[in-house]
Amino acid sequence: MASPSTRIDDGRDVDSDNSGPMREKLSVLIVDDELLVRKVHERLVSKLEVAKQVQTQTATNGKEALDLHLSGSSFDIILVDLQMPIMDGTEELRAMGVESMIVGVTSVDAGADKEAFMEAGLDECLAKPLTADKIKSLVETLEKNK
Amino acid sequence: MLGWGVEFLWAEMNRLLSLLFHQGVLDEQFLQLQQLQDESSPNFVSEVITIYFHESEKLLRNLRLLLMDRELSDYKKMEIHLNQMMGSSSSIGAKRVCNVCVAFRAASEQNNHAGCLRALELLEHEYCYLKNKLHELFQIEQQRALASGARYPAHQN
Repeated sequence: MASPSTRIDDGRDVDSDNSGPMREKLSVLIVDDELLVRKVHERLVSKLEVAKQVQTQTATNGKEALDLHLSGSSFDIILVDLQMPIMDGTEELRAMGVESMIVGVTSVDAGADKEAFMEAGLDECLAKPLTADKIKSLVETLEKNK
Repeated sequence: MLGWGVEFLWAEMNRLLSLLFHQGVLDEQFLQLQQLQDESSPNFVSEVITIYFHESEKLLRNLRLLLMDRELSDYKKMEIHLNQMMGSSSSIGAKRVCNVCVAFRAASEQNNHAGCLRALELLEHEYCYLKNKLHELFQIEQQRALASGARYPAHQN
């Protein structure tokens, strides 16, 4: 079982585009039981020019994600694999009052189950593979809802 | 001479990549993966692909074991393995492997043992082809990097 890891990339002092000042910090938790997916998603998020400081952490299942929150960590966005054999933790995180944007990531066609996933507490449901554009879109939604 | 070698190797890499895209073996997600590689993480793609090979071979072994017992095939476990294989394959742009996983999962959902066996054989075939081609790509890349490195000492005036 992988331990949570933290990577911080120091930000760039440049506005990402002409739409306004870049946000100061973005923190993202990546919850997936697969090492490859955690590695790719962590790198994808770290390379985004959407904040002056981008911080990522990973967890291998919902229980680890819950433990992180119980230990005081908080995140702007939580990316959760919905097909993990051990709990994804969405309902539990919402029950704890976590206000992060919780985004379910699925490798199956989530069409039929999307409603059920959203009712469980997800803010959004995306299909793998995650791309830079998909994650940027999440950050834009985050900014709009501030 | 060495300069010619580097350009030739670049052309070979691009030719192979074009072929793999044209065959549908890889999709644009592989390009996304390459874009994640830079000076701060110069071996990112090969690290990810190495993990992919290791994890995929484990999953394929598990799938074969599950299908060996015709009477007691655990289709639920098969679906878990397939979801994992689909997740990692889509994350590296292994499009054809992903497509076979979809068909495999459909057979598994119907508890179709014969269909699952056929899908597994096709999956193993697609995976082997992908692995061989990616190895070829990395070999060319290594030769190109060596040739680039060897070129610079010759440029002394």
